[in-house]
Amino acid sequence: MSEALITVALVWVAVSGTAVVLTRDPLRQAFTAGFFGLALAFLYLSLQAGDVALSQIVVGAIALPLIALLSLAKVRKDQE
Amino acid sequence: MSRRVRLMLFAVAAAGLAATLGVGLAGLPSFGAQITDYARMLNEMAPRQRHVTDVVSAITFDYRGIDTLFEEFILLAAVAGISVLLRPLSDEIRQLPRDKAPERSIPPPSPAVWLLAAFLSSLLVLTGLETVTHGTLTPGGGFQGGVILASALYVVYLGTNYVTVERFQPDALLEASDGVGASGYILIGLLGLLAGAHFLSNVVGLGATGSPISGGTIPLLNLVVGAEVAGGFAILASEFLDQTAVIRTRRR
Amino acid sequence: MSALAYGVVAWLFVIGIYGVVTSRNLIHLVVCLSVAQSATDILLLEIGYRSGGHAPVFVSLPAHPGPAVDAVMQALALTDVVVGAAVTALLLALAVQVHKRAGTLDPDALRATRD
Repeated sequence: MSEALITVALVWVAVSGTAVVLTRDPLRQAFTAGFFGLALAFLYLSLQAGDVALSQIVVGAIALPLIALLSLAKVRKDQE
Repeated sequence: MSRRVRLMLFAVAAAGLAATLGVGLAGLPSFGAQITDYARMLNEMAPRQRHVTDVVSAITFDYRGIDTLFEEFILLAAVAGISVLLRPLSDEIRQLPRDKAPERSIPPPSPAVWLLAAFLSSLLVLTGLETVTHGTLTPGGGFQGGVILASALYVVYLGTNYVTVERFQPDALLEASDGVGASGYILIGLLGLLAGAHFLSNVVGLGATGSPISGGTIPLLNLVVGAEVAGGFAILASEFLDQTAVIRTRRR
Repeated sequence: MSALAYGVVAWLFVIGIYGVVTSRNLIHLVVCLSVAQSATDILLLEIGYRSGGHAPVFVSLPAHPGPAVDAVMQALALTDVVVGAAVTALLLALAVQVHKRAGTLDPDALRATRD
């Protein structure tokens, strides 16, 4: 059971990580990065690492996409 | 160097890296086979020795507390670096956005939005405090709880608007929280020296296993780390928001 | 299982570096770097995993809980996630400053503006 769960999580992480790199538009990338953060959190949870999963959720799905979006907003504003 | 040359160089380097990684990873024990004796020992000893139920907390803040001290200062240095990098440059000014048509009437944000923001942010503060204070019992602790506490502030920014929040000037409080948290870690470490033991020794009474106040210095360190991380991540967001909202290039 | 577990780590690391090398936007580059960085966290946790093991939280366990997984690796990965985020934010701040000075985020165009 747990083996199957870990396999699914590993494949999900590999696919979404690849998607993050191949999403060339930074605005869309902020969203794929959020999904990648969730995939990582799921993998950590399936590896029985509750503490790490918790920090990955709060950091990867909230803080990082937010900061990336704010940097983009600043850059776009400068271009106007 | 043209893009093609760079890509070819990368292909060679990546092949070498993949080969080296392959050899290195193949030398690891097979996945899920065993864990180290050190880890097995800590899993058995930590609940009895430090009166905690979450062994990860005991390792982070006690057995390997000095590592966490340095990690915490990397965080402090990163936040300080961001503050220095994003300060107004010589050709920039801090100026609130000026309304070009001051007589028009702007509809205030819908009460539903700020009610939801107030509700969500208070819920986040509760969840954050719960996560920080129960680090010794269940997964969670200062690092995770701190980010949750900071995200409560993000929701306030979302529900009102940044300029309104800036009027309260929360920056001094956030910076104090960041600094006090970082120095608090060292002060708690010094308790060990005062008691005649080593730096960061767990010298406070351990309490009963499973009660909210147990584990000696571990919950105290969780508290100071929580304050530091919350302050740090809130400063981080407000520095970036400053860039978009109030810092602009001076007109020549 | 070993091949898949360690293969994903190697793949994420290499694809992250590939993103860094080929990126045309500094913000994109920084996020790619964080993908490569997360490979190290996954590796740490995989080394610490034990088949059928439970989380190293010793509260309300069944009568015969079996072995726990490695808590040391989890402690290492835990702080790394949060500190890594702060360092990523520092790099993004650098990218914002670069855009102010050079007016572009394309690393290739930056070379032309250097005097």
